[in-house]
Amino acid sequence: MALNTEEMTLNMGPQHPSTHGVLRLELRLDGEFIVDVKSHIGYLHRCFEKHAEAMTYPQVVPYTDRMDYLASMYNEFGYALTVEKLLGLEIPERVEFIRVIMGELQRIASHLVALGTYGADIGAVTPFLFCFRDREKILSLFEMTSGARLLYNYIWVGGVARDLPPDFLRLTKEFVEYFKPKIKELNDLLSFNKIFIDRTANIGILPKDVAVNYGITGPMLRASGMKWDLRKDDTYSVYNKFDFDIPVGDGRMGTVGDSWDRYYVRILEMEQSLRIIEQAVEQIPDGDVSSAIPRRIKPPVGQVYGRVENPRGELGYFIVSDGSVNPKRIKVRGPSFVNLAIFGELCKGHMIADVIAILGSIDIVLGEVDR
Amino acid sequence: MIFDFFAKLTGSEILASIISALLPLFLFILPFALIAVLLERKVSAHMQDRLGPMRVGYHGLLQTIADILKLIQKEDIVADSNDKTLFNIAPLLVFAGSYAAFAAIPFTSSYIGSNINLGLFFIIGISGIVVIGILMAGWASNNKYTLLGAMRCVAQMISFEIPTLMVVVTILMVTGTLNLNELTEIQSGFFWNWMIFGGAVPGIAKILLIPFMIIAFGVIYISTLAEVNRTPFDIPEAESELVSGYHTEYSGMKFAMFYLAEYANMFAVSAIVVILFFGGYQSPVGYLGNSIGLHWLIPIEQLFWFTFKGVGFVLLQMWLRWTLPRLRVDQLMAVCWKYLIPIAFVNLLIVGLITLI
Repeated sequence: MALNTEEMTLNMGPQHPSTHGVLRLELRLDGEFIVDVKSHIGYLHRCFEKHAEAMTYPQVVPYTDRMDYLASMYNEFGYALTVEKLLGLEIPERVEFIRVIMGELQRIASHLVALGTYGADIGAVTPFLFCFRDREKILSLFEMTSGARLLYNYIWVGGVARDLPPDFLRLTKEFVEYFKPKIKELNDLLSFNKIFIDRTANIGILPKDVAVNYGITGPMLRASGMKWDLRKDDTYSVYNKFDFDIPVGDGRMGTVGDSWDRYYVRILEMEQSLRIIEQAVEQIPDGDVSSAIPRRIKPPVGQVYGRVENPRGELGYFIVSDGSVNPKRIKVRGPSFVNLAIFGELCKGHMIADVIAILGSIDIVLGEVDR
Repeated sequence: MIFDFFAKLTGSEILASIISALLPLFLFILPFALIAVLLERKVSAHMQDRLGPMRVGYHGLLQTIADILKLIQKEDIVADSNDKTLFNIAPLLVFAGSYAAFAAIPFTSSYIGSNINLGLFFIIGISGIVVIGILMAGWASNNKYTLLGAMRCVAQMISFEIPTLMVVVTILMVTGTLNLNELTEIQSGFFWNWMIFGGAVPGIAKILLIPFMIIAFGVIYISTLAEVNRTPFDIPEAESELVSGYHTEYSGMKFAMFYLAEYANMFAVSAIVVILFFGGYQSPVGYLGNSIGLHWLIPIEQLFWFTFKGVGFVLLQMWLRWTLPRLRVDQLMAVCWKYLIPIAFVNLLIVGLITLI
């Protein structure tokens, strides 16, 4: 006897514990299986690009903070680099080192949130709190430097807002020493947990060519086996002075490019970031951090595209200048936004629980998807 | 026995049995649920480098009471689209099903709410009502999340009842009784008489039974975890997917009923495991009351041991919950049908052969 079955449409979000903000998913379900996923975005849209047109160049910096609020330092970093490219500014070396230290600390902090919330999505709440405990330490470092814990407004065009506090380098070294064993703790507790591997390996497999075609960047692309990192491949700031590797997914627990790979690449990246921070703290030169900050930014007519390797992928700023103090147009290429595009494709044929696992492994920040 | 005492006091057998069956609810399980909720929060907090509730009373001791007071004051929301009758009955069924199980559990040798011969069967049967209550709750809420949660929950609980029952039958073959009081009495003496160590079976059979009893214990512990929907089997509530499963739409006291039922269930299944394998209320090393000649001390000691062992298993459940991630629904079913049921079945056969020796 043929049973009469029908598909069910389930609305997930914008208020849902695991949509990482205000993403709304429209799932078409056949029992527990996914037939189709449509993601609806825009609940956090704040007209960043339009706002920026009414601001002067330095005034845009705090607005970039509010895009990817888990990686504010890196948003400022990218914006400052792009405007400096437009201006053709020479930046003191100390500033570059400070920016790299901040950027890599931010990468660790951002990955900690990604890994912790991913654990919570899979059902393990304890690693989540462990990750946040360690992230707090980074936030304290940021707080003593910039005075803020989330939205820093620290990296300015031409320099940084203020020099590092006297104790900063010592405390950063201490943090690096403190944090190294914590990665192992996280691995023991979560990464190599049998249940966790069962839940994430072979789920949401993203092949390399598909990832490239969709324009996926960041840890998600590297998990698919593509060795592509702007810090090495289109190097900026002083990244060429440091010795670090680019981890890629190797399909150790399943297939290359599955959710577990995307998770584990982030853990390996944290280790590499620690290496960069260690070297940067050793090599940082003395000097003035504000000498290059221009008093009035009025770039020549022209356009520029600058890109950096944000914790989530390629963060690009396209700035058009009409020669006035306000940018004529700023377009942001947000990594979360581009990475989210493949989400529906990855989910097909999986179960409801896998939707959460896949979404968590993409690691989106809605503030940046919607801007 | 407590029943005789009440029968003499009230002069009516029906009244006596009602009183004696209800007593553990008020004297033991309600207070236990209050403490267990706090315990869970404290245990989880300390596992996670937090302090947990600290404000209400010393180290947050009164937190649960504050929570319950808050829940009582909350508006009892019943949405227009809910099926009101089912919606209102469901928490009662879940609550009653969970608490009724305690009527047949012997807390001490002189206190058992209702000393029925098929005690173990009664507990498993009455727990079946919980399944219906959960399905009712999920359906009546008229919400897709609750429906999915309820469906998962029912599938899970019914599946895991099979290995549980197989283990119960295994024990039944060795001891020959389903009366929980007798089952406990069989395991009296020292701890090597507990079923996990082969029970009070004479001769070589006892040695042979030990490994299979340990396997049986493993099976029943895993399946009881699943039956009370605890991590790693908490997929009906899976807050990261289904918000909070079948009780998403409930508020106020009805929600509290689900909540308290969950904690009562945790102790109920721990109690069953303790009675089946760890000698129930029996002391592992003999009684102080016996050695110093104060026989009224024995029931108190027994109550202590019973609570001690039961809470031990509850703590184990909490430990697991705050350590492990959650399985997916198909993996959960695979655990049950591909591993636990075959293992329990083979175990049953082998234990059957051993008892023939």
